[in-house]
Amino acid sequence: MPVLRWIRRNLVVLAGLLTLAYMILPNAVVMVFSFNKPNGRFNYAWQRFSLDAWKDPCGVADLCGSLSLSLRIAFWATAGATLLGTMIAFALVRYRFRARGAVNSLIFLPMAMPEVVMAASLLTLFLNMGARLGFWTVLIAHIMFCLSFVVTAVKARVMSMDPRLEEAARDLYAGPVQTFVRVTLPIAAPGIAAGALLAFALSFDDFIITNFNAGSTVTFPMFVWGSAQRGTPVQINVIGTAMFVIAVVVVLAGQFVSNRRKSNAGKR
Amino acid sequence: MSVTEAPPARTTEPKIRKPSARRRLVPYWLLLPGILWLLVFFALPMVYQASTSVQTGSLEKGFQVTWHFRTYWDALTDYYPQFIRSLLYAGTATLLCLLLGYPLAYLIAFKAGRWRNLVLVLVIAPFFTSFLIRTLAWKTILADGGTVVDVLGTLHVLDVTSWLGWTEDNRVLATPMAVVCGLTYNFLPFMILPLYTSLDRIDGRLHEAAGDLYAAPATTFRKVTLPLSMPGVVSGTLLTFIPASGDYVNAELLGSTDTKMVGSVIQSQFLRVLDYPTAAALSFILMAVVLLVVTVYIRRSGTEDLV
Repeated sequence: MPVLRWIRRNLVVLAGLLTLAYMILPNAVVMVFSFNKPNGRFNYAWQRFSLDAWKDPCGVADLCGSLSLSLRIAFWATAGATLLGTMIAFALVRYRFRARGAVNSLIFLPMAMPEVVMAASLLTLFLNMGARLGFWTVLIAHIMFCLSFVVTAVKARVMSMDPRLEEAARDLYAGPVQTFVRVTLPIAAPGIAAGALLAFALSFDDFIITNFNAGSTVTFPMFVWGSAQRGTPVQINVIGTAMFVIAVVVVLAGQFVSNRRKSNAGKR
Repeated sequence: MSVTEAPPARTTEPKIRKPSARRRLVPYWLLLPGILWLLVFFALPMVYQASTSVQTGSLEKGFQVTWHFRTYWDALTDYYPQFIRSLLYAGTATLLCLLLGYPLAYLIAFKAGRWRNLVLVLVIAPFFTSFLIRTLAWKTILADGGTVVDVLGTLHVLDVTSWLGWTEDNRVLATPMAVVCGLTYNFLPFMILPLYTSLDRIDGRLHEAAGDLYAAPATTFRKVTLPLSMPGVVSGTLLTFIPASGDYVNAELLGSTDTKMVGSVIQSQFLRVLDYPTAAALSFILMAVVLLVVTVYIRRSGTEDLV
């Protein structure tokens, strides 16, 4: 049986593609149901095609407000975590100092802890301090849990950097600032960008830690969570589809640029 | 164009001394803000929570530290089904992630060729879409009387799973199977990416060498590929198991009251019942159990590496 033999030979590929289908399936469902016109509150069964939700994505009360709040939090959390994380990563890779081991485990622990544990303990701190829960407590929490991921991403890049490039710059009479801005930063940039992108995605998507520390403030994931009980509006599928498309375009564009750079470098 | 001499400023003695003293402090200044952030908003909260877990009192009268360790015992006896369920679901989901993720990671690393970037994008892109929206989509996919349930019913798969207690009657939603399916789905990228990274590091010539030495493909996999990908397996397992064991989103959205995980309990004790000592004790027990499982696992996988 040639068919059976072909299947046996390509078993790994077939299994991999099945997994890929499993991963994409919900995205496809979200996309399809963004064109649905539901018959009632729940958008779980297909009724008929409609562009209503796409024409009016902000038509649901508080949806776009929560979306812009999430974007603002993600932006500042990314900025904060990237700055602090990059500094830590440089210190860890470039310098030998006494507390290195302790610092390394302090960076590792937040990643090795169930989110709900961190969320609950942070809430205990805020309650004890009498802090008002809202934008600032969420931002503080997001910077905290994004930090470790940024450090890991930047560290990987800085570690693979050739220190002789910086020595060469200094030999050519570049000052420390000039060396950093003209040599070190451009080489470390992909690592920093990867860390920032990861931080943005983690912060924008976070539900558990936000749910504990937001008080009555409603971020986008919290809006989705609440809507699951009340009946999810079609607009949520529209936003989900848009996010997926934007993400694919951004990632593909990034890869296109880096491929171009690589092939250009090859030509030189 | 050769630079042989160091800049003259560096050769004189006193000018070296001063910057080197300042240089020694540089790493500490770089670390200070970030580490302070983690100490105040990660380490200090743990201390506060530890103190909360041994307090007694009520929200109206206030809580006092009374070293009341019984809270731990009560929490454990009251909620051990949720603990066991969390570990069971997270463990099953991790195993499924490994079984599903390995072929895909292998496909990207060795077989995808010029499609590699596209497949990688398709693996990462769902990660950028809100995971709550995607989890809700599983409600549509697994809906009663939907295509998936119909197909599984016609193939008599549901009879078997119902007999095993994974599903109930002719439905998948609100059963353990739905929760494990959601957990597996949500944490798959965390398994695939480390697996891919470690597989990608393997030199393709090792496969050729194994083939030249008359190893069958299965033997090559068992003796060469799998052992060399162990770092990816270990870190992927941890990245999947730890967050899955504390997750309550899948259990709440896709499960029922019979499938509640320990995360749900912590959440409702903290945010609805406002019984802070019990909630704090529960999350400490969860942390301890996860750390224990992880430590044992790392030890075991470490010794396996040596064999």
